[in-house]
Order: sequence, then C-alpha cells, then structure tokens
Amino acid sequence: MRFLYYPGCSLKSSGRAYEESLLAVFARLQFPLEELPEWNCCGATAYMGIDEKKAFVLAARNLALAEQHGDGQPVHLVAPCAACYLVLLKTQKYMVEYKPIGRAISDALKSVGLKYRGQVKIRHPLDVLIKEVGLERIRAAVSRPLEGMKIACYYGCQVVRPFAEFDDPHDPMSMDDLLRACGAETVDWPCKVRCCGAMLTGTVEEVGQRRSYMILHEAMRRGVDAVATACPLCQFNLECFQGPMSRRYRDQVEMSVAYFTQIVGKAMGLDERTLGMHRLFIPLRQPPALLGTSHDC
Amino acid sequence: MPGLQIQRRVKYQEELDADFPRRVADMPGAADLNRCIQCGTCSATCPVSSFMDLTPRRVVAMTRAGFKEEVLRSNTIWLCASCYSCTVECPKGIKITDVMYALKRLAIQERAYPRHFPTPVLAREFFHKVRQTGRSNEGQIATVMILKTNPLKLLRQIPLGLKLLVKGRMSLWTEKMSGNKRQLQDLLDYMDTHKELR
Amino acid sequence: MSQSPACPRIGVYVCHCGMNIAKQVAVEAVTEFAARLPGVAVARHYKFMCSDPGQELIQQDIKESGLERVVVASCSPLLHEATFRKACAAGGLNPFCFQMANIREQVAWVTADKGRATSKAKALIAAAVERVSRAQPLERKRLAVGDKVVIVGGGIAGIHAALTIADAGKKVYLVEREPTIGGHMAKFDKTFPTLDCAACILTPKMSSVKNHPNIELMSYSEVEKVEGFAGNFKITIQKKPRYVHEELCVGCGECVDACVFPKAKFPSEFDEGLALRKPVYMPFPQATPAVVVIDPNTCLQLTKGKCKQKCVEACQRGAIDLKQEPEQVEVEAAAVIVATGFKTFDPRGLPQYGYGRYGNVYTSLEVERMVNASGPTGGEVVLKDGAKPRSVAIIHCVGSRDKKTHPWCSRVCCMYSLKLAHLVKERSGADVFSFYIDMRTPGKGYEEFYDRLLEEGVHFIRGRVSHITDWAMTKAEEGKLVVSAEDSLIGVTRRIPVDMVILSVGLEPQPDAQEVRKKFNISCSQEGWFLERHPKLAPVATFTDGVWIAGACQGPKDIPDTVAQAGAAASEALALIDKGYVEIEPNTAEVDPEACSGCKTCLGMCPYHAIRRDEEKGVAVVNEALCKGCGTCVAACPSGAISQHMFTDDEIYQELEGILSYV
Repeated sequence: MRFLYYPGCSLKSSGRAYEESLLAVFARLQFPLEELPEWNCCGATAYMGIDEKKAFVLAARNLALAEQHGDGQPVHLVAPCAACYLVLLKTQKYMVEYKPIGRAISDALKSVGLKYRGQVKIRHPLDVLIKEVGLERIRAAVSRPLEGMKIACYYGCQVVRPFAEFDDPHDPMSMDDLLRACGAETVDWPCKVRCCGAMLTGTVEEVGQRRSYMILHEAMRRGVDAVATACPLCQFNLECFQGPMSRRYRDQVEMSVAYFTQIVGKAMGLDERTLGMHRLFIPLRQPPALLGTSHDC
Repeated sequence: MPGLQIQRRVKYQEELDADFPRRVADMPGAADLNRCIQCGTCSATCPVSSFMDLTPRRVVAMTRAGFKEEVLRSNTIWLCASCYSCTVECPKGIKITDVMYALKRLAIQERAYPRHFPTPVLAREFFHKVRQTGRSNEGQIATVMILKTNPLKLLRQIPLGLKLLVKGRMSLWTEKMSGNKRQLQDLLDYMDTHKELR
Repeated sequence: MSQSPACPRIGVYVCHCGMNIAKQVAVEAVTEFAARLPGVAVARHYKFMCSDPGQELIQQDIKESGLERVVVASCSPLLHEATFRKACAAGGLNPFCFQMANIREQVAWVTADKGRATSKAKALIAAAVERVSRAQPLERKRLAVGDKVVIVGGGIAGIHAALTIADAGKKVYLVEREPTIGGHMAKFDKTFPTLDCAACILTPKMSSVKNHPNIELMSYSEVEKVEGFAGNFKITIQKKPRYVHEELCVGCGECVDACVFPKAKFPSEFDEGLALRKPVYMPFPQATPAVVVIDPNTCLQLTKGKCKQKCVEACQRGAIDLKQEPEQVEVEAAAVIVATGFKTFDPRGLPQYGYGRYGNVYTSLEVERMVNASGPTGGEVVLKDGAKPRSVAIIHCVGSRDKKTHPWCSRVCCMYSLKLAHLVKERSGADVFSFYIDMRTPGKGYEEFYDRLLEEGVHFIRGRVSHITDWAMTKAEEGKLVVSAEDSLIGVTRRIPVDMVILSVGLEPQPDAQEVRKKFNISCSQEGWFLERHPKLAPVATFTDGVWIAGACQGPKDIPDTVAQAGAAASEALALIDKGYVEIEPNTAEVDPEACSGCKTCLGMCPYHAIRRDEEKGVAVVNEALCKGCGTCVAACPSGAISQHMFTDDEIYQELEGILSYV
C-alpha cells in the first residue's frame, strides 16, 4: 500500500504550517507520505460555480496521476485540505454516479494520454491516523502529554460531509480521540461541524465573519486553550480576522487556532519551528503545566 | 409620512420560464429537485440563510416553478458557502449544494449576478489563475477580486496582507505546478473544444 | 317488593386499593362502622379486594359464615362489578345479591379532607348495606340466536363482509339498492397507491358473491323495516321492480338493441353522465347480477303507457315484464351489517369553481370514469371538444376542510388526486398542476406514492384555489380556464391558465343516512356519519347489539380501511352466531298485568321499542331481549304498574334510608 500526499494549493501558502506539522508528525510516526508529483489545483469550490465538468477534470487528473503512480498497487491519496478532500471524493463518486460526467472526464483524460479506473482511495489525515496508524502507536510516540490543555476540536464542514465515511457527520470524534490520546482534554461543544463562513469572510464579510465570530465566541465561553482545526480555510478564517471581529462585534476575541497536527506534534515533543508554530498569528496558549517544557521559546 | 408603498405581486404563468427547471435538473446532482416536499430543513440548517433574500427552500420551489429571473438574481446562490449541511439533512436526498452550484453557473452564463458582487468575480479569477499555472494563489486572487469589486477595501486589507507575508503564509509569486503544465492546459482546452461533453 | 321477614346475613369488604383509597379514607374505622350496621355478619378490609386472595375472602365467608348478601366498597362498578359478582357465584351466592359502593372515584379521589372522606365512605357503605338487604336473587336469561346475516350495501365493504361470512358457512342476504353491486369502487380505473386495476381486483369478488351458495344477492332492493333484537332480527326487504325477471334474464342485450329509442339518450348513472344509455340498459358490462334493468322514469311504456314494447318482443326468454310490481320479502337474521357507503360532494355548491358553467371543469369521479379503459372515452383524457388537454389543474379539498361545506378532511382526496395526476399525465401528456392545502398521505406506501408523483414532475402548488374563471388578463390566458391561488410556499399569487380542471370532491354521508339510521336504530354523528360504539375500541359496533357498521358510512375512508372494517364487522357478527345465544341482564322492566290499564303510554316512551301491547289481554308486555333497563317506562307508567328488576322502589328507598340515616 502506498500513501501519496496531495497538498493542494493552500498547504503551500496560507496553510504552510499544516503541511509542515503534518509531514513532521507522520515522519515521527515512521509513516512516510510521498508528495504526488506534478499535481495540480483540485478546482476547489470556486471552480464548481463556473464549469463543473472542467472542475471534475482538474480533480480527475490528480486521481489519474496517483493511480498511475501506484503501478497497479493500491494507492491511498492523503488530502489534508478539506476542500481538496471533498472535491476529490466528489469527482470519484460522480464519475460513477453520473454516466455523462464519467464519460466526459474519461474522454478528456484519454486525449492527453491519461486514464482513471477509480482505484485510488482518498483519505483524510485524521482517517489515516486513526485507522492506519492507530491510537496505540500515537500514544507511544507522545513524549510530552498535553496535560491540563483543554481543546475544542473544530472539524468544519467538508472533512465530515457529505462524502466522508470515516467519521460521523453530526458528531465526529476522530480528532477528539486523537488529541485525547495526546493527553489533552477535549470539550463536547455544538460547533464541531458548523460552517466557519468559508470564502464569505473575504467576499461578504458581514456574513462570513459573523460565522467565525460565533464559533470563536462559543469556544471562549467554554474556556478552552485552543481550537484545533483540520482545514486551512477554517484555520485562516478563525485566526486571521480576530482583530476585525473584535471591532465589528465589540468583543475582545482572542483564541489560539492551530492545526490538529501542530498540537499532536507538540505532544510528540517536536520542535516549534518544525511544526510551523511561528506562522500562527496567536501563539498556541500554553497551559501552566506545560510552560517551560518545550524545546525553544 | 411617506406615501403608501404599493407593489403589485402576481405571477402570470407566461412570465415564468418553463424550460428553466429542466435546465437546472440537467446538471449533475440537481436532477432530484422534484422530490422536494418543501419541509424547510435546508433553510433551517443553512448557516447563512438568515442573510438570504430567498431561503434555500424557496429557491427550490421557485426553480421548480420556473421563476428564473428571481432565482438567478437572488443573493442566495452567492451566499451559499458550500457547507453541505442542507445536502446531508435533506429528507428526500436532494443535493441542494449541487443545485446552488448549478444556479451559480446559470447565473454566470446569463450574466444575471449583481455587478461588483465579489463571489462570481472571485470564481472567475480563480478559474483563470488555475488555467495559467495549474495552481491557485489565494493572495493574488483575493487582491484582484477586491480591486475589481471594491478597491477601497484593499487599503483595509493591507495590514492582514503584510502580516501573512511576514509569517510566510502568502507569496507574491505563484507557485507553479511542476512538470507537465502543457498536459493540464491541453486537458482544459479539450473540454473547451468538446462542447458536446458539457 | 315484599318485606323480608328476617334480615339476611351481610358481609362487607372495604378495599384499600393499595393507597388509592386507604390514604384518604380511614379503612379500619370504616370497617368497624360497617360491622355495627344491621344485618352485617362479617366486615373486613383488605389491600386489594379484586386480587385472587381478596375474592377468596368473599367466597370463604359465604361458605363458612353463611353470608346471604355481599357489599364490596372499592372502585367503580364499571371496573369490577363483574369480578365480584363472579366471586359471589363461585362462593355459591346468587350474583345479584351483591352491591358495590364506590369509595375510590366518588370518595378518595375527589375528597380533599380525610375526615369528610371517611364519613362519606361510611354513608355510601350504609346505603349499600341497606339496599342489598332488599336485593332479590335474579337469573340471567339466555336466548338462542339465528345464524343468518343481513348486509346492507353492496360496495366493497358489503361484498367483503358477505364473502367472509358466507365462507364461514353462514347464510348472507346482501341487499343493494342499485341494479348492480360494486359501489364506487367499480367506477374506478386504478387504485392508489399500487395502481392496480380496480376492476381486476373487484369483479372476481363480485362474481364470487353472485355464485356463492351461501349468499342471496338482493339487488335493486331496500330494507323497509327492522324488527327484533340481536340474534333474532326480522327484516322486511322491498324488491323494487326492475321490470325484468332476474332468474330469466341472461344479460344478452337483445332487448337493449330492440328498444324503440334508436340511440342512447339518457345520462348513464354509472358513467357519471359522461355517457348515455337507453331506458333499458345494463349498468356496465361486469354488472352483477348481469341482468338488465328498465328505468321507469324514461321508459315510454312506463311513463306514458304507450310503446311498441320492442324489448318484450326481442327477449326470447320472456324475461321482460313491464307490469312487475314491488315485492316484499321477510327474512330472519341474527346480525346486521350496515355498509351503505358515501356520496361525493356536489361542487355546484361552490359556484366559484365553475362546475356546471365551464364544460371543462370536471369532478374527480367523472374523471375516474374518463380515465377508465371501459369508460365513456375509452380511457382517453379529452376536453369537451374532443381535443387532448395540454394543461390540467387538480383542485384538492373541494367540499372538505371548509366550514361552509364540510369541516372534515375526506381522507382519500389527496391520494386519489395524486393517482389522477399520474393517470392524466400518462394518458394525455398534459402538464398537471395540483393545488393542495396540506398533502395528507398517511398510509402504507402512500408517502412513497407522493414521492413518485413529485418525481414524475407534477407541479404541486400549496394554496387553496379561490376561483376558476375564463376572464383573460393576458393573451396567454385567452380561451383558457384560469386558476387563481396563492403559491403559499413561494409567497406570490399566481394565475395559471389550463385547459381542464378536476375538482377533487370530498366525501359526505348518504342523503338518506337519517332514515337508514332510524331503521336500524343506530346513531349518527352530527355530520351524518354512522356512530361507532367507541371511536377507538369498538369501531365497527353500534349502540344496538347485533348491528355493525363498516366502510365509509361510518366516515370517509379508503379501500384498505374499508375492507379491514368489513372483515372486523363480519367476524364480530360471526362471533355472535358462533356463541349461539345472547344473555340478557336481569335489570329489565316488568309489567304487573293486574295493575296495567293498557293505556300505551309506555309504548311511545320506550327508546328501544321493547314494549308491545298484548291485544288479547289488553296490557303492555316487555320484551326482555330488547329492554335495556333504562327505567323510562317505570317512571312514565301512570298506574305504577311497571317495576324494574335490580331497581325496585323498595331497594331505592332503602338505599336512600341508608345514606341519610348515618351521616
């Protein structure tokens, strides 16, 4: 079994800390992820709104490349970005469910010498960590358990719905299980799968930011040290607009928002820089018990 | 007191577009529109329906009845954040998010979206960027979008941009895909030249 | 009655009912009080008198202490009177030498003060003791019952009940007032939600009825009079003259061809007036019995007395008899099942919908005929001018859910409207607009049928239609029927031009429901639907023993529910027959012939027609089988000649004495 890694555009820019921490954690677990060569943008949600068949073709090229890369072996394509994960799954599914789409995509791929037979398994890192690596191995790799740290796991939308099968779309637990294995306390809260506002934070701010604000407000009310995310857009929305939010809603909004991989890496005693901690606008809040135990800072 | 506001609201059947529901239903995922029983679960679960001029339920009802103008000009389709809550909750299995995508595409085709409305502009910029480089660049796309829709806002966004630059979370150049860029463009060109596939 | 010389030995039992009684009533004090009452030989209290040990206490005391009367002070007699009577009988005492005092519902549950509750309980027990001392041993009488059943109405309910009973080996008289059985169901093309052909499932049952050795089919007949009581009814049936000897006619149709009217001229009842018939006609090809009928209102001979009577000539079997007279038949029956069905609402009562004014506004029943392959258009959906409609509106709730017509939901219209939408679309390819208030599809496979129709692309518009007009406001509306409604889900009023409108008319009681109700001595709800004994627990029984109801005469219902009720009514009737007897409670009235003056006052007062006058002796006689012990006659008798068992004056005065002396 090969596990290929599909970063997607965000993990190379705004979500670099996600890529850095993800790769570091998987390396520490001796579970190597190999980046899919020559990958292209998945098409994301914006493309769907203009030309859906082209959007599917964009995603399908990546699937074809991954399948080719497997040389007949089963290939798993790990997509950490929620949007990439969803688009790849959707393409895979719709190619089968809607014959005209399947045919159009196959024809287009054929025109450039590619072929996709539907053999790639699309996986989210949460899924891989729980089902392939296993909590036992993760617990064994934890050198600095996050005792006293209270975290709100925020899964967002597209990681858990509508196509994912590895967790419950209404009450997912994989991230909670993972962070609990790292010694942290996670809270049961109603915002786990509520929308952060997605691209509306940039396009229709008053709508988008209200979503992010309501989620952060609830996290603060529940007294958590940090919100853990599994999506670069969620992380960006929740973290980067706290200033404007505070002004807009006349409420001091301050909350650490980190990728779940950064938090796991921390528990494994990985170096702050390796985990991209320096890229956060708001440093990950240290519970008193953990202060002074990390490698730098 | 200003004069009484009087607006005539009646719909004659001939004002409706009987073909519209068919065009929408032809799009993948939107074919099940007819199954809708108007329960309103989609509107209730939608995180942004409170801002919409037409709730998702009404969009479905009106699409089905042929209210093309009203539907394509509504802000609803552009406020949809693709969170897929409606799709998951719909008791009749209607893929409402896909319906919204279908309506977005029709609105762009028909140029029915509001001028200077950022979402369609963002979508277009994204589309072009990916075609050029195989990758998107959030910073650049956002900048162009703001320039095209509300240039004054750009000033406000400068601090955020700088911060992202410093943190290494935004680059001024686009990272291009490695290797066979030609293949991707050929692929997209193929879709353009084979309209029968669409 | 007679004064009892020695006071009988009485046992009193006070029940705690767990804490139900004991927490409000001082049961020990009450028991001590009871022990001192005259005639009381034994007084006990116990946690649960209705339990086996409680009942055994009574039995034991009867045997060991020689009790002659028993009083139990516990709950309502509705709950446990039968239990304790049985206990008395098991102990060897006549079960009517028993009296119950209700100190739970009438005391413990409704009296806040414990002291008052206790004294109230004492008073009630004293009353019961006094009363029971005058009780007389009584016997329940048994009357043998017959084994035949009369079923009134030959729709699907009557047919199903008849076949069920006949298959059980009992004789059935199936009385139908129309010339054929089949009812409304015979008119339908398809049935929801399975869309199976109505005729395919109904006509085999119709011919089974005709051929069943245990069923006597009396078509074109009506019940005239019902006498008797459960197990022993005497029913007079009038056979209307069909001017054809049923046993001779083979339904060949020669007479119809020969009729002096060269063409069919009169609206066919079966085809809802969409097709024409002659005065001599067969209602429809599968009519059962397959016998022609001559309509006395259109036949020249029968109306004007002048006709060449070609039909008589044409019939080689000599079956036609234009001088036929009504015939009365009297039959005996143990049980009656009334299954007289419904009528559809006449939309002329709602002129805003244009029925009768616009030719292309139809009722749903008319369209049922239209879409029927054997109907007037051979199953084609066509406009009055013969063209196919391109758009059709179906209006739900016409004559339903409307205080001005009928307040009830007719229960079947949503589903049959969906069915018609499907059939109209299938037969004509028209765009169908269905206007509904609420879509009501509760039934097995019904919601799924609605789903199917949604997917078939019927335009469902939630909104009640205000009016249908030919007033064109736009070019596109010219020459069309315009349907106006608020699309309440979109929030805009809409005008939809269509070629054809179908009014989904509601169900209402038969116009003669009141007369039928009186004939069978059953009750009607205010609306005119026959009243069941209990809406949940006795849905096919009536307040008259031996008479059951089934199908839509009890309220709007669909075919599956109707058939279920018919089966239920049939099995309840069979249960009565199988038991073989009816037992009569001895609380009946009795006339003292010495005192009766024969004034007949009581005859008119009796709600159960249980009293007749013995003309020979000139006195009133109570039929114990019919008497319900209501006591009306006892109070009414000017001579004081009537008394009622279990409620003799003596007992009642003594009871009053008891309640007043000890408070």
